[in-house]
Amino acid sequence: MMAKQQYEQLSPEWFQPAPPNVGEQEKINRPSLTFWQDAWLRLRENKAAIVGLVMIIILALMAIIAPMASDRTYKDQNLRHAKLPPKIPVLEHIHWLPFDGRDANGVDVYKQRGVKEYYWFGTDDLGRDLWVRTWYGTRISLYIGLLAALIDLLIGIAYGGISGYYGGRVDNVMQRIIEILNGIPYLIMVILFILIFEPGIISITLAMVITGWTTMARIVRGQVLKLKNMEYVLAARTLGAPTSRLIFKHLIPNVIGPIIITTMFTIPSAIFTEAFLSFIGLGIRPPEASLGSLVNDGYKSIQTYPHLMIIPAVVISLLILSFNLVADGIRDALDPKMRK
Amino acid sequence: MARYTLQRFVYMIITLFIIATLTFFLMKLLPGSPLQNQEKLTPEQKALILKEYGLDKPVPVQYIQYLGNLLKGDLGVSFQYDNRPVTELISDRIGPSAQLGFQAIVFGTIVGLILGIVAAIRHNHWEDYTATVIAVLGASIPSFVLGGFLQYFIAVKLQWLPVAFWEGFKYTILPTLALSVGVIASIARFMRTEMLEVLSSDYILTARAKGISQAGVIIKHAIRNSLIPVITILGPMTVNLMTGTLVIEKLFAVPGLGEQFVRSIELNDYPVIMGTTLFYSALLILAVFIVDVLYGVVDPRIRLAGGKK
Repeated sequence: MMAKQQYEQLSPEWFQPAPPNVGEQEKINRPSLTFWQDAWLRLRENKAAIVGLVMIIILALMAIIAPMASDRTYKDQNLRHAKLPPKIPVLEHIHWLPFDGRDANGVDVYKQRGVKEYYWFGTDDLGRDLWVRTWYGTRISLYIGLLAALIDLLIGIAYGGISGYYGGRVDNVMQRIIEILNGIPYLIMVILFILIFEPGIISITLAMVITGWTTMARIVRGQVLKLKNMEYVLAARTLGAPTSRLIFKHLIPNVIGPIIITTMFTIPSAIFTEAFLSFIGLGIRPPEASLGSLVNDGYKSIQTYPHLMIIPAVVISLLILSFNLVADGIRDALDPKMRK
Repeated sequence: MARYTLQRFVYMIITLFIIATLTFFLMKLLPGSPLQNQEKLTPEQKALILKEYGLDKPVPVQYIQYLGNLLKGDLGVSFQYDNRPVTELISDRIGPSAQLGFQAIVFGTIVGLILGIVAAIRHNHWEDYTATVIAVLGASIPSFVLGGFLQYFIAVKLQWLPVAFWEGFKYTILPTLALSVGVIASIARFMRTEMLEVLSSDYILTARAKGISQAGVIIKHAIRNSLIPVITILGPMTVNLMTGTLVIEKLFAVPGLGEQFVRSIELNDYPVIMGTTLFYSALLILAVFIVDVLYGVVDPRIRLAGGKK
């Protein structure tokens, strides 16, 4: 009954054919997003990655500005101001924060010794300002991270691209070389370099130049092998594009996702390796400071002056953590298939 | 399979040979002489000493001798420890390192597997998030930082466990913990990813459709198949563990190989550095070789791809 009544209420005029608006249907209402806009949108939703990104920016700014803004340098010694605990203006009045200039026994060392200046992170046993030294060490960590990324981009991509593109015997020989290089542990490479050269930034850099790019080369090679038989490459070749154009204009841009992901994961592991080497005394030598060597120095007086170890340890952990978070986020954003 | 194993074996030998050669020629490149007080020695005495150590012969002959000695397991003598053979120094120190490494790998693997499996089963629940946070932190905090914090808070502040040295099981707990965090992080991450992939595959659906209980599906099908790729990370993990023992032994004053290695670097004791380097390399390369072969055994696709080359 109900259904029939309703049916009779319907008027035939309601069922006129719609006006032909073919163009209207095809219209795209939203702006189309490029690959990068799309990736950025996905990255922005990843809170952990954004926190990491902000932290990297803050740490990098501090590393650049703090040593320049301070009137003390990383190697200035002032024995009368040795082993001072951290003291920061304003924060010194908050009691549960360890920035009130009191040592482990609660004695205000600044008042006791009549020191008027503020050492924000305190000083070490030679009276060097830990604030400047920590940020100077962060500079070295960032330099190593950038260097590793650069090596990955320059050597890794070229090697992998050539190996994958030419294939055959060239590929075979190049892959065997990589396999042997990979067999030699990185640490042992560094030690060998340190024995010929002095311990320091040059040895670490050289060892990285020799071994750091193999993962990237392997990934680029695999992708190029897959892509080089695609139709669009054949089309470009038919049109007479030279090899260099094929590699750099057609193949590399299509491998850019995995390239960026690999680079991002290289950075934290390079930073970790430098800190580790400096910690066991193979890296940066005094008076220069690296986060690893600062932790090692601070470790010696952990019972009496824990701030000497804890501050650089927190900074290095934050640095590696932020890069890992951003790398994870970029992987998820660039390659949703890889998202776990 | 035999061909694949042989191929891996040949690579292993080539790599070892290259490392041994590199070490030898670097030793020759090094500045300074192995003789002490050489100004006081007469030319005859000098020649006698050089002859005693075989250093009077031309470099290529020395190289052949060195390789021959290596095959016999002779790594030379230390400069600093009263001319003691390097092999003896290594065998004296290997015990604590091996114990530490073994405890860390067993503890780390068990905890890592549990974390990874729980995270995958409770995907996107709080258990998953907790495991992910632990894995990210574990991968990010350097072992020497963690070791230092453990020492400061648990040993110095709370005084629950001894700060350092090596005098019984109680002394091994903190170093093992510091060393195993990296293992836990990488295993948990890997296991979670693998489990998630396996759990979404068709044969799991089939197993569920047949009416197998949740526990049965997880234990019989999911975990077993997820475990296979986990074998691949055992190789890189050995490398990490080795770098880990270097700092952890230094930090906790463990009388192991790593602690001696770091000290010989500080003392410029070249034969010990070289011998230990070779020993570590051989150990790692052997580990990678075993992992490669093992993986070929459990996953037939690998050895087919390897054999086709």
